[in-house]
Amino acid sequence: MTSMELLAWVRGPGLAIAIVVMLVGVTVRLLEMLILGRKTDLSEARVSASAKYGWRTVFTRFLPNTACAHTVLVVFISGYIFHIGLFLIVFFFVPHIQLIRDLTGLQWPGLTFWLIDGVSLITMIAMLFILWYRWWNKVRRYLSRFSDYLVWLLTFLPVLSGYLLYHRQLLPYNDMLIVHIITVELLLISLPFTKLMHAFSFVFSRWYTGAAAGRRGVKI
Amino acid sequence: MSTQQTLADLLQQQGVSRRGFLKFCSGLATMMALPASMAPRIAQALENAKRPSVIWLSFQECTGCTESLTRSHSPTLESLIFDVISLDYHHTLQAASGHAAESARLQAMNDHHGEYLLIVDGSIPTKDGGVYSTIAGISNLEMLKETAKGAAAIVAVGSCAAYGGLPYANPNPTGAAPVSDIIHDKPIINLPGCPPIPVVITGVLAHFLTFGRIPELDSSGRPLSFFGESIHDRCYRRPFYDQGKFAKSFDDEGARKGWCLYELGCKGPTTHNACATEKWNQGTSFPIQSGHPCLGCSEPDFWDAGSFYKAVTAPPNDISNVVAPALAAGAAAGIAIGLANRMKKARAIHQHQTVTNDDLKTNRSDR
Repeated sequence: MTSMELLAWVRGPGLAIAIVVMLVGVTVRLLEMLILGRKTDLSEARVSASAKYGWRTVFTRFLPNTACAHTVLVVFISGYIFHIGLFLIVFFFVPHIQLIRDLTGLQWPGLTFWLIDGVSLITMIAMLFILWYRWWNKVRRYLSRFSDYLVWLLTFLPVLSGYLLYHRQLLPYNDMLIVHIITVELLLISLPFTKLMHAFSFVFSRWYTGAAAGRRGVKI
Repeated sequence: MSTQQTLADLLQQQGVSRRGFLKFCSGLATMMALPASMAPRIAQALENAKRPSVIWLSFQECTGCTESLTRSHSPTLESLIFDVISLDYHHTLQAASGHAAESARLQAMNDHHGEYLLIVDGSIPTKDGGVYSTIAGISNLEMLKETAKGAAAIVAVGSCAAYGGLPYANPNPTGAAPVSDIIHDKPIINLPGCPPIPVVITGVLAHFLTFGRIPELDSSGRPLSFFGESIHDRCYRRPFYDQGKFAKSFDDEGARKGWCLYELGCKGPTTHNACATEKWNQGTSFPIQSGHPCLGCSEPDFWDAGSFYKAVTAPPNDISNVVAPALAAGAAAGIAIGLANRMKKARAIHQHQTVTNDDLKTNRSDR
């Protein structure tokens, strides 16, 4: 198989397989969670229309929680940096927008390459710091499982390979493009079956937390 | 012309000055990414080179490669180099036909056994014994095998000879194959392109004459000196790519301002060739300069790599049709698993037995 044949495969059937696995997995897991439901709260609601608090929490939790921030400020900031960084890279890099346009018909203006380039670098530094801190801090190290390091790697590799691809490092462009697409496909496939599922489930967990707190009259 | 004459003698006869010849050698050294100090060595080697015998076989092809070579750059020093090689067999260019033509090939093969250069353009049909293309009653497959035996090296000119080309495209009805799939015991230089740049062909021939060996090749068998860099990396529109300025259609403001053609499907990032530097029509222009995206014609399988007008990152074929079935399958499985879990939960609740104080007392007394 030539490099171009492999590239055609990872861009075509490979990507289709990854998307199918991700969509099936995410749908199954979300429905499984939703259908299982929660135990009925028999207590009397202090505040009616608690769903309102649920929806509000979905959005308010994007804002920094200052009560927690001071404890590990640098990790707190790094977390924000790499999440925002990943969002910008995935949705505002022109070649990615072109892929999304081809798949969905939707498109929007992208950011300039030098900006995405800088964001990628900062994102990788933030992720490396967070990995180091997870290892350096004994409590975090004790709490960490293999899957935690795996999801870190699965998230880091697409950014690294994309950065190397743009800068023509390590491998010829076509080969690095293959590596980059494969790392993205691995990320897509692993998404429903690892902690990365929070990319979808965060809406539901936040809604539930907000609604449950609202019902009890807790300010959130 | 005698094959014993050197290239220097022949060029002199053609009226090429010493100065013109040395300029050509310096140009060649630059083109092939060799240090300028190599120019005198190239000159010396070329001057003393004997007139090499070249057999050119055209198989499943469109003659575009020959057109490219004979028309685009004439009359130049490169074409004179071609005039002075002994092109002993070429369907399109030779005067002889029929038996006379075939006997010219056989004679060249006998007279220069082990020394002649074999140039091939076009792919070779292999299905059904290779009956889909024959010359003088001989299948292309047979002719290639026979002629390759005594060749010093083979130059596969054009994407068809190098990688199969359009005849190789799915479903490949003739079982078309590139030269490298058939011949395994000779050095093969691939000069892909549809057609290849003329100066690349002459450059490689000059390299062979100068150094007596084939140039350094990449993993796809192409000379690194011409195919080492991508079109994108050497494209004069590259700064627009970096700035995020793209033509969205062929007649919008971006197109008129000469912005990057990435979004219109340019395959420059994945294509390796010298178009952006050597250009075409005596250095006048190349496809991107004239406003059309690169098709990627010098890469293997470019013909089956999807639309020419879709971005490099887009899948070659439409895969959006997998989304609805995937969601439906996921929903069906999710509901089934969800209901099974609910039933399990209900069963557990149903089977739950309340423990009374008496049960606990009994248990304690059992101990």
